[in-house]
Amino acid sequence: MATVDIQAHHHVDNHGDHHEEHHEHHDTFVTKYIFSIDHKMIAKQFLVTGLLWAFVGGTMSGLFRLQLGFPNASLEWLRPLLGGWLTDQGKLDQEFYLALVTMHGTIMVFFVLTAGLSGTFSNFLIPLQVGARDMASGFMNMLSYWFFFASGVLMFTSIFIETGPASGGWVIYPPLSALPQAMSGSGLGMTMWLMSMALFIVSSLLGGINYITTIINLRTNGMSFTKMPLTIWAFFITAIIGVLSFPVLLAAALLLIFDRSFGTSFYLSEIYIGGEALSNVGGSPILFQHLFWFLGHPEVYIVLLPALGITSEIIATNSRKPIFGYRAMIGSMLGIMVLSFIVWAHHMFVTGMNPFLGSVFMFLTLIIAVPSAVKAFNYITTLWRGNLVFTPAMLFSIGLVSLFISGGVTGIILGNSALDIQLHDTYYVVAHFHLVMGSASFFGMMAGIYHWFPKMYGRMMNDKLGYVHFWITFVGVYAVFFPMHYIGIAGFPRRYYSWTNFDFSNSFVDLNMFISIAAFVTLFGQLIFAFNFFYSMFKGRLAPANPWRSNTLEWTTDRFPGHGNWVGEIPTVYRWPYDYSKPNSAEDFIPQTVPFSETPESNFDYENEMIALEKEYK
Amino acid sequence: MLFVYLIVGGIFIVALLALVYRILSLIDVAKNSESKRVGFSNTVNAFLFIVFFVVGFGGIAWYSGIASENYLPVSASDHGLLTDRLFWITTAIVFVAFFLTHVLLFFAPFLFRFQEDRKALWFPHSNKLEVAWTVVPAIVLTVLVLSGYKVWSDITSPAPKDRVEVEIMGKQFNWQVRYAGKDGVIGKYDFRKIDATNAMGMDFANDKANFDDFTPNEIHIPKGKNVLLKIRARDVLHSVFMPHFRVKMDAVPGMPTSFWFVPNKTTAEMRTETGKPDFNYELACTEVCGSGHFAMKFKIIVDEPAEYEKWYASQEAWAVSNKDYIKTLNLKDVNLADLK
Repeated sequence: MATVDIQAHHHVDNHGDHHEEHHEHHDTFVTKYIFSIDHKMIAKQFLVTGLLWAFVGGTMSGLFRLQLGFPNASLEWLRPLLGGWLTDQGKLDQEFYLALVTMHGTIMVFFVLTAGLSGTFSNFLIPLQVGARDMASGFMNMLSYWFFFASGVLMFTSIFIETGPASGGWVIYPPLSALPQAMSGSGLGMTMWLMSMALFIVSSLLGGINYITTIINLRTNGMSFTKMPLTIWAFFITAIIGVLSFPVLLAAALLLIFDRSFGTSFYLSEIYIGGEALSNVGGSPILFQHLFWFLGHPEVYIVLLPALGITSEIIATNSRKPIFGYRAMIGSMLGIMVLSFIVWAHHMFVTGMNPFLGSVFMFLTLIIAVPSAVKAFNYITTLWRGNLVFTPAMLFSIGLVSLFISGGVTGIILGNSALDIQLHDTYYVVAHFHLVMGSASFFGMMAGIYHWFPKMYGRMMNDKLGYVHFWITFVGVYAVFFPMHYIGIAGFPRRYYSWTNFDFSNSFVDLNMFISIAAFVTLFGQLIFAFNFFYSMFKGRLAPANPWRSNTLEWTTDRFPGHGNWVGEIPTVYRWPYDYSKPNSAEDFIPQTVPFSETPESNFDYENEMIALEKEYK
Repeated sequence: MLFVYLIVGGIFIVALLALVYRILSLIDVAKNSESKRVGFSNTVNAFLFIVFFVVGFGGIAWYSGIASENYLPVSASDHGLLTDRLFWITTAIVFVAFFLTHVLLFFAPFLFRFQEDRKALWFPHSNKLEVAWTVVPAIVLTVLVLSGYKVWSDITSPAPKDRVEVEIMGKQFNWQVRYAGKDGVIGKYDFRKIDATNAMGMDFANDKANFDDFTPNEIHIPKGKNVLLKIRARDVLHSVFMPHFRVKMDAVPGMPTSFWFVPNKTTAEMRTETGKPDFNYELACTEVCGSGHFAMKFKIIVDEPAEYEKWYASQEAWAVSNKDYIKTLNLKDVNLADLK
């Protein structure tokens, strides 16, 4: 049954656009677009919200790059937007500068790259690629989005309050974040940050539990773990990391709330501020750092692994070649998962932590480079001797591999505690994580959008605009972040409003200007994407059933799949998802739903043995 | 008003572009350019990766040359020489890895761009290759870890007994520095004793060693001697960063930290070497601490040991310059006349 369906999809590219008749019950506007429990709609909600946040976070980086690249320029023309956050001389307020940096980090890490990336694609692809009608709990899934939405509303509101949003850096280290006397952003803005983050963690846990449950329980017939696409493996591992580490951040945040509002001393000790000695003794600011980075480091992989999963799928599809080392890819992701929990203190080499502990964490940190290296090599081998089709998604995936390597190799330097002494909290770190985590994950997100847009909206995005968008962005992020290595090696500290106070950092003026200009161009380049995205959503060319000639299950659904995904029976899966360019096969791809009994010409011996088992799948 | 013009202008331009785009895509549909599996742009994109490779690495080579005088300031401490060497060796290794992987990554697109009559190689796995690129990075990383570990444990070993101690306290938004004075002991402090005058909270009532301590406006340290920094903070986190000495250590309220090193170039030598007659060593803050974070500057001067001794002996104790303050403490067993 399923097979017949597939064949029809291959040969009839523009089959009917009659999705409406598959609806078994009629949704109202509210149940369809707002309080939807359809994972596909929830995914789109996450996506659009994430993109809006990316716009906000990106604009903020533009603002502080103005300050860093053109420290003497008057920003008077921005007064309608910034109002009192500009000084009388038309410069950014120093504390507002820190607020921008903090909000940029928070928004990008949590709202864009966690919710916007993992939230979108885990939601969208897990049921479609494992062959499920929806998530294990559609209701929890809906709650997940709305908790995220509420969290976003709180965070967004905090930008507009009089004392300003949280400003102590996205890592919100106490005592700075705990004491309103220390900076105005540590007042109401910080309270809202913490409340927002608590809601965000709830959202993330509701989502994560759902992803794990769905993957374990709702796989279709024949979809064993070793036949799952690497996207699903990546989402699965990401969800496990999130479920285990986010609660620790909640604990850290709760203790901070106690310190701020209820007079406890978890993080505070021996403090004299604002002309008085506080009564808190016995706490430790380092405790917060341990708790924070126990989430904070796995968070890097929460952000990155979905992007790597998406890339695996897209590179294999568009290389027309099986992913190289499928099991090694899974193994390295599992390795990264385990190691991600035991490397957190490499963020803390110079906090006064016991140096022996530093040695242990240096060792563990450098081990994590091994599975990462395996992944990078496997991507390159997959490309090698393939038959490469450069869709915009493919370009962004290759870009991701490049950024993953260029940002990853500097991790080997920063993970070395002896070298971290000089480089810690300099622009070298900024360059490192913006390449390996920020840009690489952003590229994964873009790749995913270009690749699955046809399934999301039933229409194609324009590929020429996609190419232009890619090249501007790719050249742009390298032009922005690569030069930061030089600045970092020179010792320029992070989160500095201006560097001209010091002789050692009174250089690289031109380079900072260059970085800022590159950043503006890159940011404006994203408008091409925004146009392409929203325009194609309504006016794009109608998508063929399987535009990328891909093997995975989502392409066996209708152009506009209804709630439930498949009309009639859910297809059965017979083979792994990477049968591209299989020897002796006529086509260069064999979808997962095609049984071995139908492809005797291309079967390997052990696959012929599987034919006898196929009947049992039904 | 300018802002309004910008917005209106922006909307106008977007509308214009949208119109142009619509016309172009209709022409595209009319010409039916989507009939082939890949178009000419496939080759263009493949070629652009090579262009990007050449321009990118060319740019890196060119800029690394002209910027070399500005990155990594000259090291002026013993351990700095070790970490610098390790840094450049590691950088060389990772740059080679970066370069080689990018040769493969950016030439593959052009070499293997889509051709209708070719089929991709069926190559789903190879144990030999996978073992190779698990083991080789593992070995390289082991070497790097071990050499890093050795340097790190030397740097963080306990400070030798024979040393000069400097207490550095961070506060919003400057540094306070204290030396032991003639008795060679830095007096005890208590954060409850801090006030507008006694910024470091010297506990005169409970520790007589405070009376000869002095708090200069610049740090002096002797060349070739062990220098121990005793670091603390009184309000929020700060971080002591001395870029030329390759020194960085957080200042934590309630948890004193330390860092020891051996400066090996005097300020005068450094001025000659860098050719900057007004060169000075600097102390900066690298842990975000509020609005003045970027301006927590303190001057450091490295003297020849003899000069240092002379400077040290010439400093007046804090208690002597602040007799009025000591008087207000009403300490029974202190005779103000003894302070000199």
